[in-house]
Amino acid sequence: MTVPTNTLPTEDHIWQLLEEVSDPEIPVLSILDLGIVRGVELRGDEVHVTITPTYSGCPAMNTIATEIRLRLLAEGMTNLHIHNQLSPAWTTDWMSAAGRQKLEDYGIAPPVDGTASGHMLNLFGADTAVRCPLCKSTHTHLVSQFGSTACKAHYQCDDCLEPFDYFKCHA
Amino acid sequence: MYASTQSIALPDVAPEVRQHLFEYVLQLADTSLILAHRLSEWCGHGPILEQDLAMANISLDLLGEARSYYQYAAELEGRGRTEDDLAYLRSAVEYRNPLLVEQPNGDFAQTIVRQFLYDCFHYHLLLQLQASPDRHLAGIAEKSVKEAAYHIKWSAEWIIRLGDGTDESRRRVEAAIASLWRYSGELTTPTPTEQALQAAGFLPDYAAIQQQADTQVARVFEEATLTVPQGVFMQKGGKTGRHSEHLGYLLTELQYMQRAYPGMKW
Repeated sequence: MTVPTNTLPTEDHIWQLLEEVSDPEIPVLSILDLGIVRGVELRGDEVHVTITPTYSGCPAMNTIATEIRLRLLAEGMTNLHIHNQLSPAWTTDWMSAAGRQKLEDYGIAPPVDGTASGHMLNLFGADTAVRCPLCKSTHTHLVSQFGSTACKAHYQCDDCLEPFDYFKCHA
Repeated sequence: MYASTQSIALPDVAPEVRQHLFEYVLQLADTSLILAHRLSEWCGHGPILEQDLAMANISLDLLGEARSYYQYAAELEGRGRTEDDLAYLRSAVEYRNPLLVEQPNGDFAQTIVRQFLYDCFHYHLLLQLQASPDRHLAGIAEKSVKEAAYHIKWSAEWIIRLGDGTDESRRRVEAAIASLWRYSGELTTPTPTEQALQAAGFLPDYAAIQQQADTQVARVFEEATLTVPQGVFMQKGGKTGRHSEHLGYLLTELQYMQRAYPGMKW
């Protein structure tokens, strides 16, 4: 997919290109699936893309910004401005339905809506019921709220016994 | 070099308020960075793999929060210093973190008590900071409070497990409380900078935060069958640059590369 470099890009075209940029830690998800692109704007030949970090310390954010830059440069866009925006804070509500399906197919349980961190006083409360992405059983238990990356918790299935990642609800 | 830029709108305030905001945001940055560094010292040494990961995750959240503050502090200062200059090229007396977060890890119980006392303050502070008229600071708080909610749940559950666990775990957590409680008061004792910002409406009243934190501590200690210490003399000084000896050693390690190879990048 290329456009002649003497033609100004359109915002639609840029959105299509961003669909091809994936999360380096969860490569089945595009950054649009993840919901971190907050806006695309053209001002003459200036391209402005605004992104929102998932977690404050997420080490993928610099890589993602670089990947966006490289993808747009490859289409001849050179006047690129990538902005980080903190507020409104990213939430898993912005993750697309397609993204959730891709996550489950990849072996990561997608976020269960309405279960954000729970009230902080709800100590040792019931674990969020998460469906095993492999055998689809809901007999699973939380191993740790903290998993292989900032956005995931660590679960285990009580039926097939497989340990798996759960993409935490973050709202 | 970062591939993206932060869009930071500076608040439209008098120069002295801006100076106070710079000092306060730097204090928040130092606090998050020093605690993040302490937790990172556990990496590979945690009691079990899951808890090793938990501490590394919390450390990473705090490091991300620290970076947001340092970037903002650099903008507020407006003298060309970057986030790296502020983190790597200031000496111990210039650091503004409270004494609690620089205390050594000790055993797991000491790390948990330090974390829990800090989390009780941090979580409630961030909840309130979201309403600050400084919209950039409020944005960082809005982002970080979601992460702080996980931290406080984790440390509170460990206080309960240790307190209401075995004789050994109880002995250790009681010893940790006895040694660390004296540093908890500084968190909600405002410095002249904090007082000025409270008067200007940029910071919440610490009495209310203290009360919320106390309620949280009392509830969790009760469930852990632990006693809340009373009448302890509170140490303070870190927020005004008077630190315990531990901070110098910590910075020696944290800043080693920039001190040995000035301007080094990777």
